[in-house]
Amino acid sequence: MMPKSKRQRQFFYIIPYGIWLVLFVIAPLVLLVFQSLTTPTGHFTLHNYAIYFASGTYLRMTFNSVWYAFLITAVTLIVSYPMAYLLNQLKQKQFWLLLIILPTWINLLLKTYAFIGLLSKSGTVNNFIGLWGVVPQQLLFSDWSFLLVAAYIEIPFMILPIFNSLAEINPRLEQASRDLGANRWQTLRRVIVPLSMPGVKAGIQAVFIPSLSLFMITRLIGGNRVITLGTAIEEHFLVTQNWQLGSTIGVVLIVAMVITMILTRDRARRSARKGR
Amino acid sequence: MMKKIKWGNLYLWLMFVVLYLPIIFLITYSFNAGKVMQGWSGFSLKHYGELFADTRILEIVVNTFLVALLSSLLSSVIGTAGALYIYNIKHALTKNVFLSLNNILLVSPDVIIGAAFLILFTVMGFSLGFTSVLLSHIAFSIPIVVLMVLPRLQEMNRSLVASAKDLGANNWQMLTRVILPVISPGIFAGFFMAFTYSLDDFAVTFFVTGNGFSTLSVEIYSRARQGVSLEINALSAMMFMVSLALVLIYYVISTRAAKSKKQGTRLVLPASEGL
Repeated sequence: MMPKSKRQRQFFYIIPYGIWLVLFVIAPLVLLVFQSLTTPTGHFTLHNYAIYFASGTYLRMTFNSVWYAFLITAVTLIVSYPMAYLLNQLKQKQFWLLLIILPTWINLLLKTYAFIGLLSKSGTVNNFIGLWGVVPQQLLFSDWSFLLVAAYIEIPFMILPIFNSLAEINPRLEQASRDLGANRWQTLRRVIVPLSMPGVKAGIQAVFIPSLSLFMITRLIGGNRVITLGTAIEEHFLVTQNWQLGSTIGVVLIVAMVITMILTRDRARRSARKGR
Repeated sequence: MMKKIKWGNLYLWLMFVVLYLPIIFLITYSFNAGKVMQGWSGFSLKHYGELFADTRILEIVVNTFLVALLSSLLSSVIGTAGALYIYNIKHALTKNVFLSLNNILLVSPDVIIGAAFLILFTVMGFSLGFTSVLLSHIAFSIPIVVLMVLPRLQEMNRSLVASAKDLGANNWQMLTRVILPVISPGIFAGFFMAFTYSLDDFAVTFFVTGNGFSTLSVEIYSRARQGVSLEINALSAMMFMVSLALVLIYYVISTRAAKSKKQGTRLVLPASEGL
């Protein structure tokens, strides 16, 4: 009788959740892969992949996208690590952390829109540097502005995991290292940084994958100078209506995502074990 | 030593300024009497007047909040059911399979989700608009609800369920009288995250919105492409206040829940020792 009531219960739970799993998780992904393997009339073909791999344009675009995602991740990491470290030393650190997270709650479009105002040719930044006699620059629609805005948006997502892993480190380890004669720098390099690696990997994962797929910022800030995988997918789906090729790029993006996850996850686990 | 700490503080202050500068900049200029985000022509509330007279924007605000509210409510229900299902799975491998499936939409880039949903709706012959946006928002919010509810279930004292069963509770009573009250903070957190996910989403909505229906993010995108209008600044100031209010509410309720949870466990513990 008991297993029966449990079966009923599980049945009751799996109906809504199972429908979601099948309809909105499995089916869309299968359809995306299917779409990339068919012609517009629905016949099986590898033609889309042939186009993708044979044309230098797509490969160059992919390489570029990975390169910019790497740059965004690197910049964010360099800026965020000291920030997370310093935040951890503050007294009211949870409050300050909340202040870091707060900007992520503001609509992404609004933040991007703010940068249009800041960086435009007659905008505030140009007025500001104009005070020192610098002629107004074309700041918007450049690679630099794209990097800046993307990094700005991703910074909290990098700080958060690093902060958490730093907060988990037993303060006694730091004291012990100092007692054993390591100076501040050695303690940081040999104790703190290795122990915070899981957070760094999580941060890289949280920043790198979205950076590959940005498409709104490339339009509004980058002025389409940088074409990411995300921009390419959006173009193929909503502008040129070539869903087959768009799906092919989508599959490439998924593969890139899986590779990133495997790389960061594996290392994270290994270093966590080493830490223990 | 003193100098080092000062440098550190300087860096922190600088970063906080950088993080908040764009937001403060936006809000400040919403009070500008002029028409653009440069110079300062004096204080004025006229852009707020324009905003409240703009019926299109107001309609979109209502739509956005309606989608956020409905999608977070429905995804809370479905996500909680999912969490309960996963929690009850005994077989470790099956459990892992379900957890991985659950997390696919969380780790997938928005563009992929948007494109895949667009294909799905088209294949199903679904017309794009309010319903397709709502369904997409429900779909991408469910996994986060599951992840917020599952830890609460795992923390739940199993003897609570066992004793409820012993005392003759049926499935429904066990769920509504025992399990749901215990995991309600997790459901609330999930609801809340789903709400903000929905308010914030641009990419997925952009793919599945079609022509007639628009949310705030999509509308701001199309307006930003045409150039700056301080009405958007006024809107962002209001949105900022809403976000701030949401964060505060969440903060207050979650700290209160944490407090009452401690009391709760204190009350629960003697009873479970008795079993």
